[in-house]
Amino acid sequence: MRLVITKDYDEMTEWSARYIKKRIIDFKPGPNHYFVLGLPTGSTPLGIYKKLVKFVKTKELSFKYVITFNMDEYVGLPRDHPESYHSYMWNNFFKHIDIEPNNVHILDGNATDLVHECNEFERAIKESGGIELFVGGIGPDGHIAFNEPGSSLVSRTRVKTLAQDTIIANARFFDNDITKVPTSALTVGVGTVMDAREVLILISGTSKAYALHMAIEEGVNHMWTVSAFQNHSRFLCVCDEDATMELKVKTVRYFKGLMSVHSQLINGNDHSSLLHTEN
Amino acid sequence: MTIYRFRNCTLMRNHALIIDDLWIRHGKIIDPEKIFFDEKIQADIEYDCQGVLIAPGYIDLQINGAFGHDFSSPNEVNENILIDVARKLTSHGVTAFLPTIVSSSIDTYKILLPKYKRQVGSAKDGATILGIHIEGPFLNEDKRGAHRTDFLRESPHGIEDLLSCYGSFDNVSIVTIAPEIPNMIENVIPILIEKYGLIVSIGHSMASLDIGERAICSGARFITHLFNAMLPFHHRDPGLVGLLTSHRLPATIVIHYGLIVDGIHTHSAAVRLAHRVHPQGLVLVTDAVPALGLPDGIYRMGADEIVVEKKRATIAGTQTLCGSIASLAECVQNMRQALLDGEINKSNEKKIFDDKDKNKFIVESIEAATVHPASVLHIENQKGTLSFGADADFILLDDKLNVLSTFIAGEQAWTVNDKWLINNLHIKSYQ
Repeated sequence: MRLVITKDYDEMTEWSARYIKKRIIDFKPGPNHYFVLGLPTGSTPLGIYKKLVKFVKTKELSFKYVITFNMDEYVGLPRDHPESYHSYMWNNFFKHIDIEPNNVHILDGNATDLVHECNEFERAIKESGGIELFVGGIGPDGHIAFNEPGSSLVSRTRVKTLAQDTIIANARFFDNDITKVPTSALTVGVGTVMDAREVLILISGTSKAYALHMAIEEGVNHMWTVSAFQNHSRFLCVCDEDATMELKVKTVRYFKGLMSVHSQLINGNDHSSLLHTEN
Repeated sequence: MTIYRFRNCTLMRNHALIIDDLWIRHGKIIDPEKIFFDEKIQADIEYDCQGVLIAPGYIDLQINGAFGHDFSSPNEVNENILIDVARKLTSHGVTAFLPTIVSSSIDTYKILLPKYKRQVGSAKDGATILGIHIEGPFLNEDKRGAHRTDFLRESPHGIEDLLSCYGSFDNVSIVTIAPEIPNMIENVIPILIEKYGLIVSIGHSMASLDIGERAICSGARFITHLFNAMLPFHHRDPGLVGLLTSHRLPATIVIHYGLIVDGIHTHSAAVRLAHRVHPQGLVLVTDAVPALGLPDGIYRMGADEIVVEKKRATIAGTQTLCGSIASLAECVQNMRQALLDGEINKSNEKKIFDDKDKNKFIVESIEAATVHPASVLHIENQKGTLSFGADADFILLDDKLNVLSTFIAGEQAWTVNDKWLINNLHIKSYQ
């Protein structure tokens, strides 16, 4: 894996946004050669979406030939509910950029046949040629998307019942009324994300520090599903100083020492050579 | 149907100024999120609004005439006059109005009322004609203002007297009456509301607060030009002005009141007083006379000669004001200035104008000419708002709230100069 350690949240989102931008530009997407991007929701990626929007407004980046697949969506929540992930993606990202609506895929939590919806999502990913870069965050319990502790590490897109902790944590978005919080969600599986050609995980803040430790310094374990990416050939993890609080000094020093190499990922002119080293 | 997207603008929406795009289709404001996820299409034509403010079009509930035309004068071409005014009012940012008829003879009502039909607005025909505002003749003689005494009437037989006076309420939206006239509260007001679906406004009245409250309880919901043609506020008998803070009315009732903020008819301190006490009820009206919109000069209006000079209209040879000639756009600007003036002496330190202050009182002033008048007519979901599903009647304003362009049903009806012509705002190629 590559671990990029930045100073704070702002630097983390700046680095990550510039990485995503460079990845898309270097790929040279076109009408027959779409860049397929996996996207997260939540508070961590907000800063990245803001910065990507800025790149689009200054015409440094275009999403015209980008296809997106979101990680998850609540079951049973009206699509126009302010807390639905459709609303989140529209308000924070899609309404500000030049992406074609037909190239946007978000799971439909109100589909009459949820299993069929999940299977169709997997099929759509396959038809698009597979995901080039999957961006995600991590929960304090080390989960990726809604793959709560105990999720199969080879799971595919499916319905998951939310853990009680997750429901309590989400109540703050639903007038602090626990009865209003959705109890299940559709989510990509760990296996689905593993199929992506590259995985970028963003980790910010002390509340995620222990999860980061379990994800990269301990073994692969379905109780900490992000740890599955230790088996991915291109796992890029970007975090800030606060998130390293539970890591060994040795780990932090090693990866900080590589920063000059890592910075070429966003600055370098030669786009392909560096991408297969240091993993 | 073509989808239009207005970009690079600030919208007045949900009681705030927000940076967002305005999407229009088929003359209505649409929700782009639904278009994106349901229809999966993009806008067909995009416009760059150069960073201006977009507000709902203004609505005038009381206007007696404009551009030399008098709504209360029978004429062979009253219908043409109405359309001419409707078209020219777009230059004031007005996209809907109620032609107002002052106290007149039965014959006049017979001729005029059928002619002023409701009309959906368009770029071609101008502002929407929402209905007629009949101001009088059932008014109190002591507070008749400029109304002619010989046309004033009473209602000893209740609603029958109104029917025989007006003939029909078909094209009428608002009726202004003095509630102390016998039978008004007990008989007339409830019937006007329940049977004829009208909005009842009280004005030109000597009513005490008690009578005013009873009028509201019997269904009246609007006060015609507050402060004018009514008893002044007195601390032991607040009169109709006291309705703004009456404790004897159900909390669910919102009483709206017209206010003429032409800089002349209402002192700015009175504007601030009313606004501080009951901001949600404030409705800006022009109560304009036919000289509105005419350049400085001398004009003949009926039997009078009027002098229009520097925003005042006086009777020739006198200093007597003969009505308001401030456009609704100017009233909005005057209201904002009155509210700003009230802030200047509030703190001892010099206030540095930051971004938040730059937009102070813009929302309140615009709402007084948009969503508030729409609420009086119960059409606040359709007019006076930029909410999804509403009619696409909107205006472009600069930061001093000067009207730059007016759109009705999504089409450009007026522009101050070529810079704001829709074709010049068109974003030709989109990278």
